Amino acid sequence: MSEINMAVPDQAISDAVEGRSLWQDAWRRLMRNKAAVASLVVLGLIALVSVFGPYALAWSYDQIDWDHVEAVPPSWALKHYLGTDSVGRDLLARTLFGGRVSLTVGLLATSVALLIGVTVGAIAGYLGGKVDQVLMRFVDLMYSVPLTFFVIILMVLFGRNFILMFLAIGSVEWLTMARIVRGQTLTLKHREFMEAARASGGSTAGILLRHVVPNVLGVVIVYVTLTIPQVILLESFLSFLGLGVQEPMTSWGVLINEGAAELEITPRTLIVPAVFMTATLFCLNFLGDGLRDALDPKDR
Amino acid sequence: MTAPLLSIRDLKVHFPVRTGRVIVAKYQSLRAVDGVSFDLAPGETLGIVGESGCGKTTLGRAVLQLLPVTSGAVTWLGREMTSLDAAAVKAARENMQIVFQDPLASLDPRMTAGDIIAEPLRNYHPELSRAEIARRVGELMEQVGLLPGMVNRYPHEFSGGQCQRIGIARAMILKPKLVICDEPVSALDVSVRAQVINLLKDLQKTFGLSMLFISHDLAVVRHISDRVLVLYLGKVMELATRESLYQAPRHPYTQALMSAVPIPDPAKERAKPRIILAGDLPSPLNPPSGCVFRTRCPNATAVCAEKEPVRESSAPGHDVWCHHWRE
Repeated sequence: MSEINMAVPDQAISDAVEGRSLWQDAWRRLMRNKAAVASLVVLGLIALVSVFGPYALAWSYDQIDWDHVEAVPPSWALKHYLGTDSVGRDLLARTLFGGRVSLTVGLLATSVALLIGVTVGAIAGYLGGKVDQVLMRFVDLMYSVPLTFFVIILMVLFGRNFILMFLAIGSVEWLTMARIVRGQTLTLKHREFMEAARASGGSTAGILLRHVVPNVLGVVIVYVTLTIPQVILLESFLSFLGLGVQEPMTSWGVLINEGAAELEITPRTLIVPAVFMTATLFCLNFLGDGLRDALDPKDR
Repeated sequence: MTAPLLSIRDLKVHFPVRTGRVIVAKYQSLRAVDGVSFDLAPGETLGIVGESGCGKTTLGRAVLQLLPVTSGAVTWLGREMTSLDAAAVKAARENMQIVFQDPLASLDPRMTAGDIIAEPLRNYHPELSRAEIARRVGELMEQVGLLPGMVNRYPHEFSGGQCQRIGIARAMILKPKLVICDEPVSALDVSVRAQVINLLKDLQKTFGLSMLFISHDLAVVRHISDRVLVLYLGKVMELATRESLYQAPRHPYTQALMSAVPIPDPAKERAKPRIILAGDLPSPLNPPSGCVFRTRCPNATAVCAEKEPVRESSAPGHDVWCHHWRE
């Protein structure tokens, strides 16, 4: 007791200490984590060049250099800074453009999965009983539907559509998220502070938002950092089947696929998109770790 | 006596327990609280004592409607609580709060002390400004002996006693009429225990609270209670004023409990007559017939197995549920 009192005399004397929320605290702690801040900066840069980079380049992603319909090595004179692919399209332009698609898919599909998964999982776990049974059996049902089949049905019903892909991928990825969150919620449910929250007049929605969600976030964030690469790769798989983005549009996944096929002739067609994607995934992992630590008040 | 704040009549809380084989499910009911009745006057402290598993905690939770009540009546300020809908129960809880046994577990690890204390206020008075909430939280933190500068700390940064003070502050912030203290000091060191008990007594005086003080510690209950209720296997054994109960316990179970309280003087401790009960607490799934205490009672006779004892007054304000209390 005395030790604690001694640790904060100046803080304790100033009567009006601003109240801080978990989020403000988490942000401060995140900003102190060097790896997380660096990752945030790199991710920001990658996003920026993906969004604005294509406008600054001489070649656009779908433009074929008719004078050189072949794999041109990097050349400043031709303004193919990283060369071209086998049909003479600028590799840098394609990689940056692919970044737009991949990042959007990764972000949106994961957000969809996060939102649905956390909502369903927390509700099922907290309410339990019949609601839990119905929701979890629905999850089982969805698990048993093959992804490609599901996507094809969506395409048939709604036509080919970029947004549909987010929905399709998100609708598959939320299942695992829901299971994880439900399990975590079940362990939280019988802790005394949940009972205290009910006794102090919390509504179900209020308890879910203020007590359940912040306490499951640590696990959720780790899972999200695993989901984003999965989603980006899933997108390239769908594109490969002709269900995702179509030529001349492209994405990192598609570029890596194509590059891998030409690995022996022009390794840079694999290396360039792979470097971008790897950097992104690395940063996401560091950021995820940083966020998890930042959201845990015990770790400061 | 004025109208009781809280009046409990024949309260029963039974939990269904699955006992059958895997395929054919059979349910038996576990009688955690089985026919408890008492009144609580405004400003009064009722101690509830009994050994582990006798239904003390369940009783506290049932009063707050945190558990489904099987039968019986909980009348709060003249209104029957068990038939109220969720919104009305929530409204009633504004005046009845609870302090939990485990100080750390009852605080959300991801909330700051300030947020924890302010939570009931935010739930019941969303119209209050942030500054007003902060002011009230700061005021109360001082009253419970915490530095207002600690608002931004998380529960794990506090000691057990401080955590319990946060829990108490959370229960007090709405200025309730009744606080249920569910073994509030059992998890604390003896030195801190006295501080917390005195804090509760002070707050009771300041706010004019009634308390249901649940504990298995007879000395603590004696210090804080006006009246004491002795529970055994979900049933009331004895209900009496503090003086009457501690000086002249009538029920053999209460006598056994009293004799188990250690006396600091070793000579007196050794000389003291000790009533040792035979056997263990019977299963609440299958309680003994008649008087539930008869299996361990030194005075049990044939009548105890046949008839359930009824409430008898041995003295004004001293009720006992025993066939043989006169002996």
